[in-house]
Amino acid sequence: MGSDINVTLGNWSEWFMLLAAMTYMVVFVAFVWDMASHSKTLGLNEQAREKRRTEAEANSRQLVGAGAAASSVAHGAAGSSGAVSRGADDAVAAEFRTSAENSTKGVGEFEALNYKRGSRRPAARVAVTLMVIAFALHVFAVVSRGVAADRVPWANMYEFCSTGAMVVAGVYLVTLIFKDLRFVGPMVSGLVLIMLCLATIVFRTPVSPLQPALQSYWLIIHVSIAVAASGIFTITFAMAVLQLLQARREKRLAAGETSRMGFLRAVPSSVTLENFAFRLNSVGFVFWTFTLAAGAIWADQAWGRFWGWDTKEVWTFVVWTVYAAYMHARVTRGWNGNRSAWLSIAGYMCVVFNFTVVNTLFPGLHSYSGL
Amino acid sequence: MTKARTRRERKAQRAAVEVPALGPVGMLRWAWRQLTKMSTALVLLLLLAIAAVPGSLFPQRVQDPDAVADYIKANPVMGPWLDRVQLFDVFSSYWFSAIYLLLFISLVGCVIPRAFQHFKAWRSKPPRTPRRISRLPQYRKVMLGGREGAAAPTPDDAVEAAAAALKKRGYRVQVQDLGTGAPSVAAERGMLKEVGNILFHVALLGVLISVAAGSLFGYKGQKVIVEGESFVNTLVDYDSFNPGTNFNADWLNPFSISLKSFEATFNRDTSDPEHYGQPTDFNADLTVTDAPGATPQDVHLAVNKPLNVGGTKVYLVGNGYAPVIRVKDGDGHVAYEGPVVTVPSDSVYTSSLTLKVPDARPDQLGFVGLLLPTAVSQDGSIPKSVDPGLNNPALILSSYSGDLGLDSGQPQNVYVLDTKGLKELNAMSSSNGPVLLDGQHRKVDLPDGKGSIEFLDVKRYVGLDVHSDPGRIPAFVSFLVAFAGLVMSLFIARRRAWVRATETEDANGVRCTVLEYGLLARGEDHRLGAEAEKLTALWTSLWEDRGVREFHLKPSDKA
Ligand code: HEM
Repeated sequence: MGSDINVTLGNWSEWFMLLAAMTYMVVFVAFVWDMASHSKTLGLNEQAREKRRTEAEANSRQLVGAGAAASSVAHGAAGSSGAVSRGADDAVAAEFRTSAENSTKGVGEFEALNYKRGSRRPAARVAVTLMVIAFALHVFAVVSRGVAADRVPWANMYEFCSTGAMVVAGVYLVTLIFKDLRFVGPMVSGLVLIMLCLATIVFRTPVSPLQPALQSYWLIIHVSIAVAASGIFTITFAMAVLQLLQARREKRLAAGETSRMGFLRAVPSSVTLENFAFRLNSVGFVFWTFTLAAGAIWADQAWGRFWGWDTKEVWTFVVWTVYAAYMHARVTRGWNGNRSAWLSIAGYMCVVFNFTVVNTLFPGLHSYSGL
Repeated sequence: MTKARTRRERKAQRAAVEVPALGPVGMLRWAWRQLTKMSTALVLLLLLAIAAVPGSLFPQRVQDPDAVADYIKANPVMGPWLDRVQLFDVFSSYWFSAIYLLLFISLVGCVIPRAFQHFKAWRSKPPRTPRRISRLPQYRKVMLGGREGAAAPTPDDAVEAAAAALKKRGYRVQVQDLGTGAPSVAAERGMLKEVGNILFHVALLGVLISVAAGSLFGYKGQKVIVEGESFVNTLVDYDSFNPGTNFNADWLNPFSISLKSFEATFNRDTSDPEHYGQPTDFNADLTVTDAPGATPQDVHLAVNKPLNVGGTKVYLVGNGYAPVIRVKDGDGHVAYEGPVVTVPSDSVYTSSLTLKVPDARPDQLGFVGLLLPTAVSQDGSIPKSVDPGLNNPALILSSYSGDLGLDSGQPQNVYVLDTKGLKELNAMSSSNGPVLLDGQHRKVDLPDGKGSIEFLDVKRYVGLDVHSDPGRIPAFVSFLVAFAGLVMSLFIARRRAWVRATETEDANGVRCTVLEYGLLARGEDHRLGAEAEKLTALWTSLWEDRGVREFHLKPSDKA
């Protein structure tokens, strides 16, 4: 790798990074707005349904005697839309299935997280659209930084934060294609915003070439997978926090109390959150395991030992062990639910610690130049 | 959640009551059961994570023994105490070892029985169809036949066709009760999930054992080679050598290495003053002879690209300048001639030099001072190095004569001159000033006719680390197995499916076959519902022309 540095392009990169950060700010506001308005709508719907149900009950009490009719009304109002649309038994005879109906995409898997037809959320639309734009600006900023420095753009803290934030936003936007995770939007866009602020304010570093010890294609593999894993852990962290709040709310509601956290109406049940976060965390754990091994291979080449308990290695190990405990928690009686969410949060705290405090304050072979 | 906790608590209470009643064997068995519980494994994993943290807060001897010594010196009260609880040797401490040994014992106790169990399950047939499939977490029912008067397949035919289709989907199948009027097929897939889980855990044990083997039977050595010199892989030729606990010097691989040339490249981008002069590349050209008598081969050594000589690895870890110096003694004989390895101390390679000349007569001579690769002197002051490149090399030395103290037999550090028995001839502080040698002034006579020193040339040297770790490859292979096992275990779904066919008549009185099917997952499986839909789709394409209808369930059937 040469050291042909393009300063103009480097400056452009910094401008685009700022622009992306400002756009994320608007995204954050839009997501919060959406949470507020959407949960309010859901709250109103809930009230309306409640009102209808009490009315129906009142009706049925009036109609004592005409039992059959009354119970069917109550039934219809109580919920299952299937009963309404499908109707009576005589419809069965006409219904032969055809292969054309055989599409099963997305069926049966986290149905609570599928996009619902008919719910209009203009603020969320604005937020997602703006986030795509912010992401495009962000990608340009990161790529041009790499081109300007003539190497991968993750060799110091500025680049870690800005590239990491890009990966978090990217992972989130990709999952949005498959599932309706707009409810974590405020947290994810907030975290991305914080990371970009850290990069552009605290860790600002102009483009520079790499030291010999950092020049290796293992750097590319090791760090890119580590950053991808951290992106996933960021999103599951957000889900774990929501899971804890939601579990509290569920408990209060089940006990007949009211909950002040009405915005959680727009968030799926704690069990759905836990299950989906586990899926994502499994992928994150596999990535992190790979990171650990790729780091060992790199260390073997650069320093002549694959594991030497360097500060950074210690923390990579700690993160791995905490998530291994999390993986166990799911199948250990008494450790699922809230405790598993706490483990996920603890794991993420270690990831954050690893990327911030360890990189900047602790001496070791991994401390980077340009700080 | 709350229910689970109370159950746990109750269980714990019961165990506590039972303990006194157990004999020694019973106690052991009880302890073993506690140790091999999943929750114990989880707690041990968390403990391991917590126990590793001090390893990053305090300096570690495996990393940097000098830093530990400095730390203890700087904290004379706390230091020795921290040392006593092994906080400077966290990863070889009793408490850290105890945690991971318990964890791995627990692992063996947990995984081996599971492996046996799985082996049995693998050899046995899929379990019998339950009487009430409708109790399964996923349950569906379709009616076959009746489309434009088409006849339904008989239950036996339907079950056989379903079994074939399931087999094609990767299920292993067992057809049951043919001819009884309610035939069924039991199917199971994803047996590899548990195999992956077992492989993963066993391979982790493999990683641990490999690492242990490496620290028992491996070695590490350091050697400095100047351009034009060579090194033979024998115990005597090393500058320093750290063998593993059970290492035998006969195992040293008899290769030799000589350094032809070394080149360092520095950042020369003047628009970037902050990083100007930083090294960007180090490259050494070597010849390697695999064994005595073999033909030497030219190789290239760079920072991240170690040499591998028959499993022994050679790393480029350091470099610097070795000025070539000729010293004549008071009798006019050449007492020393050759390169002197200097130790760089900053980013512009200001390097410290120590030269002991024990062969000088009548008095032994000693020199200490600095090598400046690019010396610049401003208005007569002491020159300083301003660049790591070799643009204007200069030496600034103090000289001594007398007794070097080498005859006492005590080992001495080659990089430290003990001036106890020596008389200062030249020095920065003395009236005649230091010895100054550069391109213009190549030779200086020492005062009092003690001899002369001549600056001939500057060579480069490299610092090599030589490692042999017999655990490296096994650890790597174990890791690959563990990784494959992990992926298998996490992303393969283990499911059982049962399909039963019975005859019935539809609302129009046409004879139809009812296909009931249910699914059960082992462990995490969020796609079980999707799989049920897939099966419905499968039946639809199998019997589309005869007619496939959904059989509407009464709400009470669903539970
Ligand atoms: C070295 C320490 C250990 C690590 C890093 C570790 C890690 C993991 C991970 C990541 C998983 C989830 C992925 C998979 O299913 O393969 C897992 C599952 C499992 N672990 Fe461990 N484990 C360790 C020790 C143990 C011990 C000591 C036990 C037994 C007490 C144990 C029993 C299990 C079981 C039974 C599962 C499978 C759960 C299931 O899906 O049915 N593990 N382990």
